[in-house]
Amino acid sequence: MIQVVNLNKKFGDLHVLKGINEEIKDGEVVVVIGPSGSGKSTFLRCLNLLEEPTSGEIIVDDVSITDKGIDINKQREKMGMVFQQFNLFPHLSVMENITIAPTKVKNMSKKGAEEIAMKLLKRIGLEDKANSYPRKLSGGQQQRIAIIRALAMEPEVMLFDEPTSALDPEMVGEVLDVMKDLAKDGMTMVVVTHEMGFAKEVGDRVLFMDDGLILEQGTPNELFNNPQNPRTQDFLKKILV
Amino acid sequence: MDVITELIEFISKYYSYYINGTLATLQISFFGVVFGTILGIILSLLRMSKTKIINIISTAYIELVRGTPLILQVYLVYYGLPMVLPMPDSRMFLGTFAVVLNSSAYIAEIIRAGIQSIDGGQMEAARSLGMGYGVSMQFIIIPQALKNILPALGNEFVTLVKESAIISVIAIPDLMYNADTLRGITYKPFTPLIIAGIIYFTITFTLSKILGAIEGRLSASDTSSES
Repeated sequence: MIQVVNLNKKFGDLHVLKGINEEIKDGEVVVVIGPSGSGKSTFLRCLNLLEEPTSGEIIVDDVSITDKGIDINKQREKMGMVFQQFNLFPHLSVMENITIAPTKVKNMSKKGAEEIAMKLLKRIGLEDKANSYPRKLSGGQQQRIAIIRALAMEPEVMLFDEPTSALDPEMVGEVLDVMKDLAKDGMTMVVVTHEMGFAKEVGDRVLFMDDGLILEQGTPNELFNNPQNPRTQDFLKKILV
Repeated sequence: MDVITELIEFISKYYSYYINGTLATLQISFFGVVFGTILGIILSLLRMSKTKIINIISTAYIELVRGTPLILQVYLVYYGLPMVLPMPDSRMFLGTFAVVLNSSAYIAEIIRAGIQSIDGGQMEAARSLGMGYGVSMQFIIIPQALKNILPALGNEFVTLVKESAIISVIAIPDLMYNADTLRGITYKPFTPLIIAGIIYFTITFTLSKILGAIEGRLSASDTSSES
């Protein structure tokens, strides 16, 4: 579904991604872990070209999205993204947050988009918040709405950039539950996270990144219980106290 | 010698100067605001362009306009422009044109500051949903920016009404010019100018009250819908 070939990204002199090769299969849940500054968020943001790769190729559904002249907006429709800071649109109601992209990008009718939005809101139990504005909602509620806002575009893959890092601890669970639910439905997901519990329970594959490279990867069982690379061992020792 | 009766006498004799002058001032200010804002939005977008040459030209324009006196710009447009470009032979047009050129530079900077005050995550979220740059600007960034800059923009509109008095130097019969004419006719130093001052103040005060009310309503739209 997504193929990444020798992906490099530099910010000025800073070499953040140093040649990443990776293939993400349809329906797979890939969890990316690693110390901060290792390039995992940059890797994720390159996948939908929020960061422009310095070199290398990214192929989504046999289309090379790093080619010049590709309609990137069309490609981004296929890839939903959830941010650490939620990034709901504060001047729009919850309903409008969800319907704006389907109506403006896919030219869906307002009524059709609202029906889809209502179905999604029911799924996360927030149908009574349809007319609220984001600032009235808790962080957990905002992030769940950010997830279904992306789902309203019916993406083929969902990218999560540390979706629970900005949340109060008691709200982490409700967001992870929505994500687990999504994984169970067979959604292809790439998740950058520090939630090792989520990685173990839901991940099909875990990638360990450090210093701009994928140093080790495997099933959660392999990676957490029998890490081979000394850097992985060191990292896991520090966080799994 | 009653001040009040003298004043009434003065107004009843010369009121048409004030009415015509006020209309001219309102007309110049209105076109200044409308076209200044349109040109200002375009300029601010050009200034934020990634194409270097467009960026340099628009930045240079904005800096030059903001760095020179309005009176100089009015003279340049009035005396200079018709010599190099075919221009309508109308003081009113050329005077208003100078005001528009001037206010657009200030408005462009206000709008740019407003757009840049919006968190970068907003644009990223919009783009990640498949919305193009233009659509994201129109529905996500500019509505939020406009709300933030309304006080500054209102301030600029009020300034524009007052600054438009400068165009009296090219003999456009606006409020300032007519008041000054009356000063010459009547040899009175105070009365004609004070009446003009009262009219200017009434216009700007009303304008800032109206803008304040709009501001209040816009910020209410954020908080009114209770969950």
